[in-house]
Amino acid sequence: MSGKLEYTSAELVAVMSSRILEDNKIVFAGAGLPLISAILAQKTHAPNLVIVFEVGSLAPQVRIDKLPLSTNESRVTYRAVMLPSIADNFSFMQRGYIDYGFLGGAQIDKYGNINSSIIGSYDNPKVRLPGSGGANDIISSCNKIIIAAHHEKRRFVDKVDFITSPGYIEGGDSREKSGLIFGRLYKVITNLAIMSFDEKTRRMKLEAVHPGVSVEDVINNTGFELIIPEKVSVTAPPTERELKILRELDPERKYTAPAQ
Amino acid sequence: MVDFIEARKRIEQKDHSMREKVMSIEEATRLIKDGDHVAFGGIQFSGTPMAIIREIIRQKKRDLTISRTIVSFEGDLLLVGGCVKRAITSWFSGGVTYGVSKIMREYVEKKKVVYEEWSHYSICLRYKAGAMGIPFIPTFSMLGSDLLKHVEAKEMICPFTGQKLCLIPAMFPDVAVIHVHRADPYGNAQIDGLPYADADIARAASKVILTVEKIISNEQIRKEPWRTVIPFFCVDAVVEVPYGAYPHECYGIYEPDYKHFEEYTKITREKGVEGVKEYLDRYVYEPETFEDYLSLFGLKRILERTKAGREVYL
Repeated sequence: MSGKLEYTSAELVAVMSSRILEDNKIVFAGAGLPLISAILAQKTHAPNLVIVFEVGSLAPQVRIDKLPLSTNESRVTYRAVMLPSIADNFSFMQRGYIDYGFLGGAQIDKYGNINSSIIGSYDNPKVRLPGSGGANDIISSCNKIIIAAHHEKRRFVDKVDFITSPGYIEGGDSREKSGLIFGRLYKVITNLAIMSFDEKTRRMKLEAVHPGVSVEDVINNTGFELIIPEKVSVTAPPTERELKILRELDPERKYTAPAQ
Repeated sequence: MVDFIEARKRIEQKDHSMREKVMSIEEATRLIKDGDHVAFGGIQFSGTPMAIIREIIRQKKRDLTISRTIVSFEGDLLLVGGCVKRAITSWFSGGVTYGVSKIMREYVEKKKVVYEEWSHYSICLRYKAGAMGIPFIPTFSMLGSDLLKHVEAKEMICPFTGQKLCLIPAMFPDVAVIHVHRADPYGNAQIDGLPYADADIARAASKVILTVEKIISNEQIRKEPWRTVIPFFCVDAVVEVPYGAYPHECYGIYEPDYKHFEEYTKITREKGVEGVKEYLDRYVYEPETFEDYLSLFGLKRILERTKAGREVYL
């Protein structure tokens, strides 16, 4: 995909996600790719980016040699400044302190609604997935929501089977009308492109493609009609430095392995 | 429907005395009746009251409603043990890196158990409303979602501001089972590190079973009363069980036994429910005592996990 440097899809998503995290902000990071993106941001352009973990851990400095496997274990607490209860932690989010929330999902639709509960119908599920966890809370209350996912047709669907986490619901002002007056969907970052949402219709629109990816590639891997603007920019490829840091963070490529 | 008045009466009628409550795992588990709603403390593979969970399966409790912030491997065991009719949680599987639980899928998809899904914050607010003795707490979570259509939460227009809100009903578990670092014989309990939702779960429940890494004296509690997060009057049983969360972790004392989780996940991938039945024979039914159970993991593994667990204090 790249000219000189080789990288996996997941590494690409991690790099692109890290770049949009601003310094001096607070990011609610799940274990795995979001955490790696946040640490990468700290080690590059955002040294004062603060990480918060779902279980209740504020501003920890996680050990690179002992990355947590889940967002809910003691490894997420290294050198934290406070360990609040789970309810208190989410209350900080509802109060407006959490600048960025990261989400993924089995299905994501054109309005940014996310399904992590059920494939098929609720009464006769084809696949019962683990469920919301904090995803529904993150999309309801974080200031800016970032969706990071592998770009494939079966994931980017026209309509999710089940709205675990409501994005812009049915577009227009339907999110606000549902009562969700805070937070907005900021970016969708995949291994092919960066997308955002149209201000009026709230439909997903293409913003930029990654190096070596064509607009057609993105369209062909999306299960709905993306808004394609006249001008689509191309992102700068991952740098040697970014990839070096990523590989130090994840030497066994547990989180940045090639997609299955 | 939430019967918060009945829930309050149960607390009024409870023995509030500061008395000794130390008992065995078996005796404590007998406080749980078939059909009860049992809430478990901790989260995922952290702070899981494994010793009581093992005994619940051994005592063949039936038709339980279980609730927890996030259910992990212990949920599989309770399902295959035949104990559960309903699971109230926000997430149900071993852990992100171990994939979707095949056991949860089998039981939920074949309707052998009801999975009542709430958002993570909502579950915690259900316990918090219970802890406060009120019928609900409003939030923005779950608004506009399909989760809202399948649970007892309701939308309401705020009478002060006109804002649409989601009302999360209180939850009053019959029994809370919580693993903590230490408590005195009366049940005054201290938790190190992550507080989870444990304090709220204890306050919301009608009865509380504490397993503790260590029993300390009432004198020690009185020296640092600000460290007490669950007071004696909430508590009905105190059971001393070192390593009582194993193979899950206890903050600052032992890390999770990740290798065991991998072994377990391999069993479920290869053999599904049958594999978990064999696992229950080996880890739940055959070992008579919790010490016998711990022996199966071996001293070497447990010491290694203990050293890793202490590293949070480095």
